Amino acid sequence: MKKPERKHWARDLKVTLWTLIVPPTIWAAHFLFCYLWVAVTCAKSSAPGTALNGFPLATLIATIVALLGIVAAGYIARVQSETPGDPAPHEQGTAIDRLRFLALSTRLLAGLSFVAVIFTALPVIVFGDCR
Amino acid sequence: MLIPTFAQRHLLGYPWIVLAAVGTAFLSFGLWVHHMFTTGLPKISLAFFAAASEAVAIPTGVQIFVFIATLWAGNVKKSTPLLYASGSLAVFVIGGLTGVMVAVAPFDWQAHDTYFIVAHLHYVLIGGTLLPLFAGLYYYWPLITGKKLSDKLGRIAFWIMFVGMNVTFFPMHLSGLLGMPRRVFTYPEELGIGGLNLASTIGSYMFATGVLIVCIDLALSPRRPKAPRNPWNAGTLEWLALPDDEDWGIRSVPLIESRYPIWDQKNFVQKVDEGRFFLPDAEEMRRESIVTSVLDARPVQVIRLGTPSVKPMMTAVALAGVFILTTYHLYIWSAVSGVATLACVLWWLWTGTAEIPEKPTKHIGHGIEVPLYTSGPSAPGWWAMFITMMADATAFSGLVFGYFFFWTIHNDFPPSGDGLNGPGVFWPMAALALTLAGWAATVGAREVHRRGNVTAGRALLVVGIVATLASLFAGLAGPWYSGLDPELHVYPAIVWTLAIWTAVHAAIGVIMQAYTLARSLAGKMTPVYDADLRNITVYHHFLALTGIVTFCTIGLFPGVA
Repeated sequence: MKKPERKHWARDLKVTLWTLIVPPTIWAAHFLFCYLWVAVTCAKSSAPGTALNGFPLATLIATIVALLGIVAAGYIARVQSETPGDPAPHEQGTAIDRLRFLALSTRLLAGLSFVAVIFTALPVIVFGDCR
Repeated sequence: MLIPTFAQRHLLGYPWIVLAAVGTAFLSFGLWVHHMFTTGLPKISLAFFAAASEAVAIPTGVQIFVFIATLWAGNVKKSTPLLYASGSLAVFVIGGLTGVMVAVAPFDWQAHDTYFIVAHLHYVLIGGTLLPLFAGLYYYWPLITGKKLSDKLGRIAFWIMFVGMNVTFFPMHLSGLLGMPRRVFTYPEELGIGGLNLASTIGSYMFATGVLIVCIDLALSPRRPKAPRNPWNAGTLEWLALPDDEDWGIRSVPLIESRYPIWDQKNFVQKVDEGRFFLPDAEEMRRESIVTSVLDARPVQVIRLGTPSVKPMMTAVALAGVFILTTYHLYIWSAVSGVATLACVLWWLWTGTAEIPEKPTKHIGHGIEVPLYTSGPSAPGWWAMFITMMADATAFSGLVFGYFFFWTIHNDFPPSGDGLNGPGVFWPMAALALTLAGWAATVGAREVHRRGNVTAGRALLVVGIVATLASLFAGLAGPWYSGLDPELHVYPAIVWTLAIWTAVHAAIGVIMQAYTLARSLAGKMTPVYDADLRNITVYHHFLALTGIVTFCTIGLFPGVA
């Protein structure tokens, strides 16, 4: 006999309107950090020409942290959006369909935020210096 | 609303619409600088905003594809509102494509202040706002007046407007690239754009003709017969409204199980009209509605709403006076109008809000009983305060950003010299301590009052009033006594701005504390019914945060820099 499947830990986490905006909030924090870090580094450096020196470490770390955060939020949302029960197309007013709807929306926002974070990091890679 | 109605099916991929709405809302915070690409900001800074401007094309595109897919999958009924809506999609897509072009900073430097930008922004505004507004006008006119507008006139107007706007603005892409500057009506003949500009002129008259036909259609409306209820066979809730006036909005507050209850729930309209759902009667002859939780709409409270009254109108007139009189430099009268606004708001609040009900709970039908009064995070007033203060904090963060922006672009910021030294450390730190004391007293008042100790609550409110008032003067004392001259340099100007912003907020905080104290003394607030005190505590949380940021910035940052 097959062992009953254990409930995934991510399904114990609560889904709310606040968790929905976690991925775009991470994008916003990353955007703000990159902008401020680069602006202050370039403005206050004694040698602005080489201040960024390729891809500055702080921006790199911030980008990796932001992407990991978004992937985590997206993964949790993915598991939650596949909560079993209730038939497709999951548009009914039931508790599970509501959860799946919010979780799927979060998952989509995680995808958008992932791309947007990479977009934000691109200027630093492409420019590589203060201009 | 409109697309599913005329596709006669559910909107396809609703989570994708959430993605579009929330994604656009967030990304917009990082793209507004694309209006300022030629102001001389550092190029690496511009690149971040260009990146966000490009990224916003993704959610916008998703939204348009959802609309198209819904129409494709549905059983489309041709109608005038849908004509305007589909026209708007076509126009907006063109504006979006040129948007992707001007979001690239180097292209924008070339196109800036030319007709290319004029063309882009009109395609965005007409496609994104104006045509959808006309679609909404034709769609919702029967809901508001009970009468449909003319399909024939509407279609004629649409085609004249649609052709007119394209004839006006499409040539501007070309004339702009050829060198026609915006906001200038003369140009040298040698540019060779006479034909293009003539087309724009002809198109603008066509567009105006289309708008005129819509106006004629609206003017003819009173002479037309009544339309049936829900004339478009829509599935959404707002079409419950009856064309004939009644004394209520809807007969009973329904239980909603679908986004399109009129389509999906059996005998829905009939059941609502027969009062089978919640709150079917007004036993106490009050205007009531149900406050519910956000996601699953569990009933939380029956709220008593205001009835027609002169107070909001008087407040609006007084507030409008503040702005209009300021425009004409009548500052004294503007200040008088400001005081009148404050008086009206207090009068309105005192007589119309946080009323202690005659009984604690009320039956809303189907065996559900909910409170008539809530306070704290489940009350609408608490959220109104929270959201208002979030917007206020956003504006404040813009001012703080200004201070630090000046620091990044000036090597000698904060500067030194006569009229530039200040505000020192002592006064800002004193103001900070007093702000925090006022905050602690307010939070303490809420806590002891909640536990039933009304006298201690009132005493703490008095302490809060004194401390917050003192913080107001201490905050202004720093720049005042150090003789900062706000007209001399950007540094004293931004310090004064931050200090005055915080002082004005402290003054409003004092008024709130005094109002709450008066409510308590007048017996309009008790330990059980304490919404006023809880709402002003939210304000004081934000005031404390504003004080911490302002006074640490103006007091401590000069020493660090």
